[in-house]
Amino acid sequence: MPLWVDKYRPNSFDKFVVHKDIADNLKKLVATGDFPHTLFYGPPGAGKKTLVMALLRAIYGAGVEKVRVETKPWKIDLPSRKLEVELTTLSSNHHLELNPADVGSNDRYVVQEIIKEMARSRPMGADGSRGFKVLVLNEVDRLSKEAQQGLRRTMEKYSSACRLIMVCSNVSKVMEPVRSRCLCVRVAAPSDAQVMEVLQGVAKKENLVLPEAFAARVVDYAGRNLRRALLCLEVCRAQQYPFGDSQEPQRADWELYIAEVAKNIMDEQSPKQLYLVRSKLYELLANCVPPELIMRQLTFELLKRMDDEIKLETVSYAAQFEQRLQEGAKAIFHLEAFVARVMSNVKTYLVSCGLA
Amino acid sequence: MSTQPWVEKYRPKNVSEVAYQEEVVNTLTRALETANLPHLLFYGPPGTGKTSTALAIARQLYGPELMKSRVLELNASDERGIHVVREKVKAFAATAVGAPVPGYPCPPYKLLILDEADSMTQDAQNALRRTMETYSRVTRFVFICNYVSRIIEPLASRCAKFRFKPLQPAIMAGRIEHICERESVTLGPGALDTLSAVSGGDLRRAINTLQSAARLGGGHVDRATLLDVSGQVAPEVVSSLAAACRATGAAGRFGALQKQVQNIIAEGYAAQQVLLQLQAELLSGADGGSDLRLCGALEALAGADYSLVVGADEALQLLNVTGQVHAALAAA
Ligand SMILES: Nc1ncnc2c1ncn2[C@@H]1O[C@H](COP(=O)(O)OP(=O)(O)OP(=O)(O)O)[C@@H](O)[C@H]1O
Ligand SMILES: Nc1ncnc2c1ncn2[C@@H]1O[C@H](COP(=O)(O)OP(=O)(O)O)[C@@H](O)[C@H]1O
Ligand SMILES: [Mg+2]
Ligand SMILES: [Mg+2]
Repeated sequence: MPLWVDKYRPNSFDKFVVHKDIADNLKKLVATGDFPHTLFYGPPGAGKKTLVMALLRAIYGAGVEKVRVETKPWKIDLPSRKLEVELTTLSSNHHLELNPADVGSNDRYVVQEIIKEMARSRPMGADGSRGFKVLVLNEVDRLSKEAQQGLRRTMEKYSSACRLIMVCSNVSKVMEPVRSRCLCVRVAAPSDAQVMEVLQGVAKKENLVLPEAFAARVVDYAGRNLRRALLCLEVCRAQQYPFGDSQEPQRADWELYIAEVAKNIMDEQSPKQLYLVRSKLYELLANCVPPELIMRQLTFELLKRMDDEIKLETVSYAAQFEQRLQEGAKAIFHLEAFVARVMSNVKTYLVSCGLA
Repeated sequence: MSTQPWVEKYRPKNVSEVAYQEEVVNTLTRALETANLPHLLFYGPPGTGKTSTALAIARQLYGPELMKSRVLELNASDERGIHVVREKVKAFAATAVGAPVPGYPCPPYKLLILDEADSMTQDAQNALRRTMETYSRVTRFVFICNYVSRIIEPLASRCAKFRFKPLQPAIMAGRIEHICERESVTLGPGALDTLSAVSGGDLRRAINTLQSAARLGGGHVDRATLLDVSGQVAPEVVSSLAAACRATGAAGRFGALQKQVQNIIAEGYAAQQVLLQLQAELLSGADGGSDLRLCGALEALAGADYSLVVGADEALQLLNVTGQVHAALAAA
């Protein structure tokens, strides 16, 4: 049984309700049988991947949906050494999909090799003209700087044999020269009303009664993230149906945990408390919650709980330590330094107010 | 239907076709006549003609055929560690030069193009010094980069340096009109100006934007489509953010700023683009530029831009910079 998020993904441009304008534009764009390197950017759950899949389908037809997942060793001949990387890829006859995060430190060589391989196995069209294949790079903001540098000339040289479709949420992490080589498509998060519309559509197809008050809470919880909304609805459905008017969407474990950390910080500011918080941060990292997400989420949870007077300082520490976290090696140092800073600042503030 | 993007189709074939970089073009044209070329260093922002110029020189010196054996292009997609570069250059320099081709100067040296050289490590660059000297009789080097400061001084000082400038609107308009004519694209009112404004002197971006807009509009390009495909932040979003930054009282409370920033993030706007437009908005609203408080605000914007370039989180940076700008403007 596929999850609702997959089951109700619109698979052709004609079925789009949200992002209808982008869908129409992309449809016109590929009508000529051609399209430029493209970069989709926007927040998580906005519908980027859905657009990409519909785009591939519009170019190649249903054939792109016949995908295979393969794990095979790639042998890459570098001038200085031979590299062998085991790689899991998702591919059809027309495209290949890659998550740089799965590739690790050799991403620049792997990406180059794949593009060259695509150029070698370039398909022949019915009219004898040569077609192109598509490389989909998910989370391209996690592609190393070196790999991005490497893409520059390659995107120009192989532009007729291989087109890139890139997807990311933090577009500032994609370097300017790479962006300059793409059509950049901004995918805004759908409005609350649009999220509601999608929820109602799914409920109807699943033959569910969706009370308005409950649906509004799911929309609120989702924060303009469609994936979050649909996953939440499905979980709620499993927990209790018919939906109760007072039924609350359940937040994810890690979110609750971070909220708890924020509460710990605001409750007591002491070395002992810092020690407790640190163990919780370790716990989150051990569960593979990305450090930048911890930092961001923790900041927003703290902001909910503190006076206006110290909000800007808190945000400025967060911005500073999150940047160091990106540049440094060990995330825990910077998370902990942030917490210590905030604790000290909160304490000073409380003392100045005569509250501690 | 050709699958060649316009940027490649209209890449200058000769140095004389390179627009706006007169200083470069004049010097190189003279050098090409005598086929006497110094080592070269091209630097400048994306899409200003650096790679195109280097490739054009190669073609004009050797012609399309001989070029294959006389020119070696190494860019950031190639492995360029210390040993690799040395070995490659050595092997390349050691092969005999082929017979000259009539109609081309075919000087008795080879051309080594090191594109995107700013991505080479300092060590690799250092190793190149010796290599350059050893083979300078039989090879000429062309270094290309965006940031000249990333090229070590000993290399830079061995080259004739050329800065590639962001293209001026009028020059850009000329190239765009040329392409429109060839591709039978019609331009709506204000389209040319918009294209110049959104591409910031980057001709590749302008051509790409034009091609996308032309496809969407079925051969007609209007202002709205251009703005749409160019990633500009909607003016009302920027002015509302700027207003919040200037606000005092309830509208200037942190919660109000946070709400604006969260909306901008949800709308998916590129944070750097937001900074750029916010800066323009703040400057345009300034009373004659005598306002010292603006300095603090501009400094905060610059800091955030740097942070974003090194990979910091967009949401935290935008929230922080908005708060900092607000604080700077509120200072007595
Ligand atoms: N000065 C110019 N004159 C004519 N065309 C240009 C000029 N600059 C850029 N172009 C156009 O833009 C395209 C990209 O230019 P080019 O590859 O030379 O950029 P670059 O300066 O090497 O950029 P990058 O730093 O991103 O590598 C060219 O194919 C050409 O169509
Ligand atoms: N235009 C749309 N209309 C209806 N549902 C959508 C649409 N776009 C996305 N969704 C739903 O939201 C989910 C998440 O979208 P996705 O494209 O994976 O987001 P992103 O790639 O931006 O994180 C999809 O699985 C799909 O069920
Ligand atoms: Mg996704
Ligand atoms: Mg270049």
